[in-house]
Amino acid sequence: MTTEARALELIDRVRSRPAAFKDAQVTMAHGAGGKASRTLVEGLLAPALGVATLDDAAYLRRLDGAGQGAQVPALPAPERETVDDLALTTDSFVVRPIRFPGGSIGKLAVNGTVNDLAVSGARPLALTLSLVLEEGLAADDLRAEVEAIAAAAAAADVQVVAGDTKVVERGRCDSMYVTTTGLGRVDPRASLDARSVRPGDRVVVSGSVGEHGTAVMLARGEFELDAPVESDTRALWPAVDALLDAVGPSLRVMRDATRGGIATVLNELARPADVGVVVHEARIPVRPPVVGACEILGIDPMYVANEGVFVAIVAPDVADRAVAALREVEGCEEAAEVGEVRDEPQAMVLLQTAFGGRRVLDLLVGDPLPRIC
Amino acid sequence: MDEFRDAELGRALAAEILATVEPGRHYKVMEVCGGHTHAIYKYGIDDLLPENVELVHGPGCPVCVIPMGRVDDGIAVALRPEVIFTCFGDMMRVPGGNGSLLDAKAAGADVRMVYSPLDALRLARENPEREVVFFAVGFETTAPSTALTLMRAKAEGVRNFFVYCNHVTIVPPLRALLESPDLRLDGFIGPGHVCTVVGARPFEFLPADYGKPVVISGFEPLDVLQSVHMVLRQLAEGRCEVENQYRRVVPDDGNPAALRVLADVFELRPHFEWRGLGFISHSALKLSSAYADFDAELRYAVPGVRVADPKACQCGEVLKGVIKPWECKVFGTACTPERPIGTCMVSSEGACAAYYNFGRLARERVAV
Repeated sequence: MTTEARALELIDRVRSRPAAFKDAQVTMAHGAGGKASRTLVEGLLAPALGVATLDDAAYLRRLDGAGQGAQVPALPAPERETVDDLALTTDSFVVRPIRFPGGSIGKLAVNGTVNDLAVSGARPLALTLSLVLEEGLAADDLRAEVEAIAAAAAAADVQVVAGDTKVVERGRCDSMYVTTTGLGRVDPRASLDARSVRPGDRVVVSGSVGEHGTAVMLARGEFELDAPVESDTRALWPAVDALLDAVGPSLRVMRDATRGGIATVLNELARPADVGVVVHEARIPVRPPVVGACEILGIDPMYVANEGVFVAIVAPDVADRAVAALREVEGCEEAAEVGEVRDEPQAMVLLQTAFGGRRVLDLLVGDPLPRIC
Repeated sequence: MDEFRDAELGRALAAEILATVEPGRHYKVMEVCGGHTHAIYKYGIDDLLPENVELVHGPGCPVCVIPMGRVDDGIAVALRPEVIFTCFGDMMRVPGGNGSLLDAKAAGADVRMVYSPLDALRLARENPEREVVFFAVGFETTAPSTALTLMRAKAEGVRNFFVYCNHVTIVPPLRALLESPDLRLDGFIGPGHVCTVVGARPFEFLPADYGKPVVISGFEPLDVLQSVHMVLRQLAEGRCEVENQYRRVVPDDGNPAALRVLADVFELRPHFEWRGLGFISHSALKLSSAYADFDAELRYAVPGVRVADPKACQCGEVLKGVIKPWECKVFGTACTPERPIGTCMVSSEGACAAYYNFGRLARERVAV
């Protein structure tokens, strides 16, 4: 064999190997669709997420299906005539800083989207992933986030099945932005409807509030303040599953208490049913370091973002059962019944203060803590 | 802290207040400080008072009293490319004659929220090629922290740090209010935080010159309730004096060290414009000549615009306690926390915003 032929063969062999992602940082080339893009997808994203490749679109096949593509167990079985109801959601994540105690943008991007499905009564099945990366982002930071996405997806029992990556010039985005779209199968036990809320119903909170927003704010290091607070980011399907098992159709509606905290979510729940909601400050679980940090910063924990807490409205006779079922689930040990639905005042939320007075919990104007998720 | 938020003690105090008031008499008590206004709404203290005791929200919200012209001057400085403009979060949404600092930020000005003037000084150290300006607002409560920051900047030889000084003093506007013929108040809840600096004595003019009782109050719900009770008891017993409910924090003579610092760093302006109240003599502070190098108003050509308060806005009457927030012609319609016309609707300590956000509900108050 000639030297030239040997060299060509060597090149062929190297080219046929799976691409390895060895760059030290993200460059514009990683978003150009060429070889660098390929190494990013095949060398980093696909292996970390446990798929052969990450295309623009994916076929979702049944477990028994013979075709190519991701296998998703809960899609409709072939012998059934009706197609199950599916739920679809999408969310973008721009949190700053990208890592904070208890989580990071990658973990948040998975949990945030699967939780939007879960509180709609849909079991999360699959995600798509879209990354906008800033030129110059360290490869180690990118790798850490891809691994965080993979770990969170595994923990939530969903597969990332398609994706896209873009790179923008340095200074045009802050490290990285992540968008995830989630597909879920509507659980037959769920019959959720915001308009089904009626006076007498009870308000249940699935855990202690205010941790995510407080943790991110402290992680920014803009305040000379330190408190042992970690983000509560976690997948909520296990909690929703337990709740559906325990109370089934007596569960009227749920919302995850992300931006704007439980105060905002309660307003969103009061409006469509045109009912009043009264919550009791003393019954709302807030951990002492959150109370302390919020007091110093002049922020109300009722308005601070959560990433692993939802508010549920249930029929009055099942409230105790709902709380007991939630408390069995990891992360929901502090679940509590915090208030009730009344006729009056319509479309408003009142807080019975621990001191014995009352005040309106209205929607906030503007954002006291921008870029929290 | 919980000992000052005990609901049972609150109910007991409410019962004592009910026993103190004369049925058929209407009481108007002004809480001077925005911190009290905020506490009253946050804890729902109004709910515990008899229906004939009315709390009137006074001029003590530092953001609310800044006139539009001063905001416009601040924005003019903020728009300079070399400037990093820093201010407290509440100040960013205050409307000037042509938008707010938040609007200026969206238009490209480098405006940053800080929690203390020391944060602004740190930014100056970290950005030696830029000029960092701090928009200082507040009464005697916050003026010492601005003063100490300036002293530190001077000691460290920081040359790119400037203060746009809008510090004000509490006694002159109170006097201006009391001179107003349409005012009818029975007594005052005194500003506890201001008094930690100036002491209780500067408020002796209230009983001496105007025959109004005053109780210096803390900021926990039980503090406020107890102070209301003390004012009502003075009225019932025919007494009229300065009482100090916040003795655990406020000495009668204030904090002499802080007062010395204020005297070093600041001097009184001959007059200053207050939102809704007009010009009041000797009611505000500027940097003293020893700190002239740090004075943003000397460093930059500040336009010094005067913008008349919007005609529809009745912030002045609200600040004087002449009308309640909801009696203003534009309250909740043209003027909302989303689109404030007047400053009382901006800060969470502002009487209108506090009422709009927390207080809009039918009171279940005790009939007398």
